[in-house]
Amino acid sequence: MSRILEKPRTVVSPEHCKGCGLCVMACPKDCLMQLATFNSKGYHPSSYKGEGCTGCGMCFYSCPEPAAITVYKKGAEYPDD
Amino acid sequence: MAKLILQKPKGFYDSFYRKPGDKENTHYCPGCGHGIIHKLIAEAIEDFGIGDRTIMVSPVGCSVFVYYYFNTGNIQVAHGRAPAVATGIKRANPNSIVISYQGDGDLAAIGGNNILQAANRGEHITVFFVNNAIYGMTGGQLAPTTLPGMKTSTTPYGRDIQNEGPPMKVVELLSSLDGPTYLERTAVMSNASIAKTRKAIRKALQCQIDGLGFSMVEMLSACNSGWKVDPKEQYKWMEEMMLPTFPLGVVKDVREEREGWFRETRTMTDEAIKQELDLTMPEPTIFPSELKKGSYHNPSIKLAGFGGQGILSAGAMLANAGMEQALETSWIPSYGPEMRGGTAYCFVNLSNKPIGSPTVTNPDVLMAFNRPSLEKFEAEVKPGGLLMYDSTIIDIEPTRKDIEVLPVPATQIAEDLGNTRMANTVMVGAYIAQTGIMAPAAIDQTLPLALKRKTMVDANKKALAAGVDYVMSR
Amino acid sequence: MAKEFIKGNDAIVKAALLAGCQSFYGYPITPASEVAHAAAKYFPRVGRTFLQAESEIAAIQMVYGAAAAGQRSMTASSSPGISLKMEGISYLAGAELPCVIVDIMRGGPGLGNISPEQSDYNQVIKGGGHGNYRLIVLAPNGAQEMCDLTFKAFDLADKYRNPAMLLADGFVGQMMEPVAFPAPIEELPAKEWALRATAESKDNLVNSIYLDNDELEQRNYDLTAKHDEIEANEVMYEEYLTEDADMILVGYGIISRILRTVVDLARADGLKVGLVRPITLWPFPKKIFAELSGRINSFFVVEMSEGQMIDDVKLASGCSRPTHFYNRMGGNVPTVDEILAAVREKYTATAV
Repeated sequence: MSRILEKPRTVVSPEHCKGCGLCVMACPKDCLMQLATFNSKGYHPSSYKGEGCTGCGMCFYSCPEPAAITVYKKGAEYPDD
Repeated sequence: MAKLILQKPKGFYDSFYRKPGDKENTHYCPGCGHGIIHKLIAEAIEDFGIGDRTIMVSPVGCSVFVYYYFNTGNIQVAHGRAPAVATGIKRANPNSIVISYQGDGDLAAIGGNNILQAANRGEHITVFFVNNAIYGMTGGQLAPTTLPGMKTSTTPYGRDIQNEGPPMKVVELLSSLDGPTYLERTAVMSNASIAKTRKAIRKALQCQIDGLGFSMVEMLSACNSGWKVDPKEQYKWMEEMMLPTFPLGVVKDVREEREGWFRETRTMTDEAIKQELDLTMPEPTIFPSELKKGSYHNPSIKLAGFGGQGILSAGAMLANAGMEQALETSWIPSYGPEMRGGTAYCFVNLSNKPIGSPTVTNPDVLMAFNRPSLEKFEAEVKPGGLLMYDSTIIDIEPTRKDIEVLPVPATQIAEDLGNTRMANTVMVGAYIAQTGIMAPAAIDQTLPLALKRKTMVDANKKALAAGVDYVMSR
Repeated sequence: MAKEFIKGNDAIVKAALLAGCQSFYGYPITPASEVAHAAAKYFPRVGRTFLQAESEIAAIQMVYGAAAAGQRSMTASSSPGISLKMEGISYLAGAELPCVIVDIMRGGPGLGNISPEQSDYNQVIKGGGHGNYRLIVLAPNGAQEMCDLTFKAFDLADKYRNPAMLLADGFVGQMMEPVAFPAPIEELPAKEWALRATAESKDNLVNSIYLDNDELEQRNYDLTAKHDEIEANEVMYEEYLTEDADMILVGYGIISRILRTVVDLARADGLKVGLVRPITLWPFPKKIFAELSGRINSFFVVEMSEGQMIDDVKLASGCSRPTHFYNRMGGNVPTVDEILAAVREKYTATAV
């Protein structure tokens, strides 16, 4: 199932994140944060705060891990779980 | 159309199946610049649709495992040699897109000459040069780009420019060459600089796609582990430490001035190949010898004289002709220390069985073209052998009694024919007449092969005949 | 085709092109430069690549790239240059890339001189580069073999995905002899593993790094199995009058030509002397030496080196027979007479 997004959003895959925090620094809207919880590798993964994403992609390009961040812009098809 | 989803680019493998353990993440440290640069390259490969024809060259250093990640042809190479290997790949397949991915130790230290020369040749490759001012993989040692005062495991008191010299500025260095087409230094340290790096990577690849020549992007990149700074502080560190030494921007860009070109590949017919390799000898004609004045079977012949007297070509005349008369033949010039001093000589063997040693201590035949040769080599002639010498210019006589001696006024005969330089051919004529080893026609047939100046063929035929006549009428 | 009267060095280049060699990467060094000169002349004529590299190191790495891309590729150098190429040779062997390397040996150590020696034997047969690898080494002794063994070297290299070397010296390289060249090769072997810049070949990897110990060990076992296969199948040597011989002369390259004459002259004197001439130096023709040691009195090895191949003769024969030695160095080629005198002396001394 999927739906067309009306608002952009960024999705951090917690298991792909190494917790470097570069995306948090890169986000011009300050809509990412590092979680206090650990992922299985012992990192504090980043996470979308749930509000404020403009789909600019800065977090995506700032992230060194290929699959840690996916950015869905307005109008993108978003896979619902 | 702008993409609606920014996700792991198709320039990466879906799963990093070659990587041991975790197939999802890179092996790089958290915050490492390599990962960001990889993503930018993978995205460009996807967007340009060049994955199938791209060959990524993995260097030695932290990026030694580039081949874990890129969904392209992959090759791993020796430290610093990536530009040379890339040259071999690109020349082999001009349609390929060859990317050399290198760090600062690899590219600027051990591979310094390789990058310099590939750039100067204007090799149609793209180099992504990651400058993080340190050796990462090997444990944080000094790189050519390490900053003044910077502590590394091999500069524990800081880089001392009186000891290690100042940091090397690679794109500036390469920009002094005419060869490269596009050189830019960018940084991977802020949203704006990453955007510029992304653009530069695309320009560099487009440069290769368009056949415009050598392109390279030097990217200042973070190595927080090597620098021992927190990832959150790494960009501040770069700004303070790296930017003063390594200014950003396009250093050279002559893409507009260059015209795209691609090496052509060619297929040729067998006949054309043989033609181009000069393998077009006609089937030889065998001329039975009718001269039969003497008999020297399977002779080993030494020809000696001054350089310039045509000693080597006289030998070649005999050997060439002998081959066409179905004899085994060999020709070898004097070699090594014996080339020094006044005499040049060569050995020729003509034989009806396989030739063993191409040189012998005691030749069956000596042709001496000057006095030093006669003096030096007379004693070597095998007892019962034949000694011929140019009696026009050699003013002494051989003393041996156990050999046959044949004086030939070769230079005089050649002068009578108008050119003293043909004395060598006269001597060859005298030799075949004296020994009956070959018919004059056999030598005539191959004269064009032995003579450098093809215009001299006819004159030499006359000289040969004159040598034959001299002996036959003696 | 009619025969060509041609220098050995030129014969290598023409043979390489007829064998389908597509690129030559070289660096000037006497006495191998003649090979590069001929390559520079002929490769472009038939649409192939000739490039003078910036160094010996770069030249062999360009060959690494070309071979990885699926080409038949070659380089040529002489002893000090071969030392420099050892890095690349190890990588080629490690990545199992086929190519042909020509070594026109000269005098050493160090800068030495430009005259012929055979002192690269240990360097090219026993290693030189790092790691467990083998170089297939062919030793021509005349112009015809400079051609034939160049063909053979390319074939063996492709067959086993292993670098192959033509080991010669300036004497063989300078000598002109008749050569019958074969016709141009019709079809080159397919190389499924090569980086051909196509969708089908995209998953190919050319590589010599195996970080996992067990994986690298297995890799070495695999290479060893290949080496064993080459040793079992590709040994080449020549025997001359060995059947009734009491003493076997052993020499390769130009020395084998000189020894042939020595054998003839010794036989004329009533000495039962024969000749074994290894054509492949690796794989070394071990069996024939083991066999012969059961029925002869002694071996007599002649080299233009301190004595390098002699170790292999002794190993192959289990040191079961006296193994005499005569050598010249520094660029001096031993004469028939001096060898013959030494052979006479030892023949009498070891006669049963």
